[in-house]
Amino acid sequence: MVDLDQEIRDSKKGMTPIVKTITRFVMGIIVMFGAYIVLYGHLTPGGGFAGGVILACGYILLTLGFGKDVSLKKMNNLAASLLDNLGVLIFLSIGLLGTTAGYFFLNFIDHGQDFKLFSSGIIPLCNIAIALKVTSSLFAIFLALSIFGRFVSTLVEEEE
Amino acid sequence: MILYFLTLVLFVMGLYCLVAKKNIIKKIIGIVITEYSINLFLILIGYRKGGVAPIILKGMDAGVVAESSVDPLPQALVLTSIVIGLGVLALMVAICLRLYEKYKTFDMSDINKLQG
Amino acid sequence: MEIYLLTLLIFMIIGALIAIETKNLLSSVISVGVVGFTLSIAFLMLRAPDIAITQVVVEILILVVLIRATITRDNTSIEGRGGTFPFVSSLIFFGLFLIFAFFALKELPRFGEPLMKVSERYLRMGPEQTKAMNIVTGILLDFRAYDTIGEATVLLTSIVGAFCILRRRGRKLVEDADDEKTGILEDEDIKGSFEGF
Repeated sequence: MVDLDQEIRDSKKGMTPIVKTITRFVMGIIVMFGAYIVLYGHLTPGGGFAGGVILACGYILLTLGFGKDVSLKKMNNLAASLLDNLGVLIFLSIGLLGTTAGYFFLNFIDHGQDFKLFSSGIIPLCNIAIALKVTSSLFAIFLALSIFGRFVSTLVEEEE
Repeated sequence: MILYFLTLVLFVMGLYCLVAKKNIIKKIIGIVITEYSINLFLILIGYRKGGVAPIILKGMDAGVVAESSVDPLPQALVLTSIVIGLGVLALMVAICLRLYEKYKTFDMSDINKLQG
Repeated sequence: MEIYLLTLLIFMIIGALIAIETKNLLSSVISVGVVGFTLSIAFLMLRAPDIAITQVVVEILILVVLIRATITRDNTSIEGRGGTFPFVSSLIFFGLFLIFAFFALKELPRFGEPLMKVSERYLRMGPEQTKAMNIVTGILLDFRAYDTIGEATVLLTSIVGAFCILRRRGRKLVEDADDEKTGILEDEDIKGSFEGF
């Protein structure tokens, strides 16, 4: 469950109390499911892209349910831009490290045994870097389009 | 054969919506439908009759998967294509909102006419 | 098997027809959502579980972004065609395209017998060279990692481009100082209008 104060629960921003209660229950499950799909990407269907989009959907649910203040405390817009670029840099540097052992993007870490979580070389690390990039990219573009846009829709204005 | 043809009909419908409608949002919807049809076409080409998914689970034999699985290469490329489609859609909607702010309308013929 | 795929495709074509022709923008966005979810079921029947998962979640985000674009003050019905010339010429040219496509599609291999010259090597040597049991992830991140770098670059470029377009309102005068901070929230016009979100 998301840890929130009583005043945020009772405030008028965001949506009705039903949506707020369900969001508090479901947020942890969404983040856990997204992390599971990212980490087990080399053993079951999924991978970095699908898991990253699921995590971004979790953050967007938090924003829609509680208003922009709560979710901006968890990841504000500067942090989203930084994490975005950090993800790509980690991915490229893993590839460049492969040149120390042979050619570009060589799978140089020890491969491990079959069917274990820490197997198959650089593939889990690359999955984590891609998930980081996709999550923060899509969350930042959602912020830019809907909250920091330049015109407010009539729905949002009437709720005040 | 008829499946490929119907997929191309979906592609042509998306292109028609892009070319012959006046509203910018309809043009964006046309691009989205075109992208769907192309992804479907690529996966349809790689299907094998009676095939299994290209994943090896714990009790399975690796030889069975290697013999009779569907083509995994188009699946890898379509996976990146779907996420790229989302990014390009975000860029298109950003341009569309900027146009609305400047010209106060979504109508393409009005935007074409305003020459200062 | 083909019957199921045929039914799903006809359903998608009807949904796309509704999305194209209806006058209310919100209805056409919802029809695009229907097409996307049916596409995900079709991917599942074609034995592609990775892509079905990705298509469902990306479809949800496409709907969120499109609904954001259509809920503005001038919502509905700027409808109608852009004149008769685009309409007639597009019908003629797309009809010609479909006729030629019908002859060209006969040259492809039959549905259900793919030509897997490169993929045979990936399928045979994939599990032992990379120990990835998901062969699609093994191809994406080991055999074909350059394509994944290209995809990350395209995503980065499009997101940065969208930020640059949405950043400021209009131009500044030449005499104003050029010391703005980064980040989107520093615009004074925007800050005032979002107190009660």
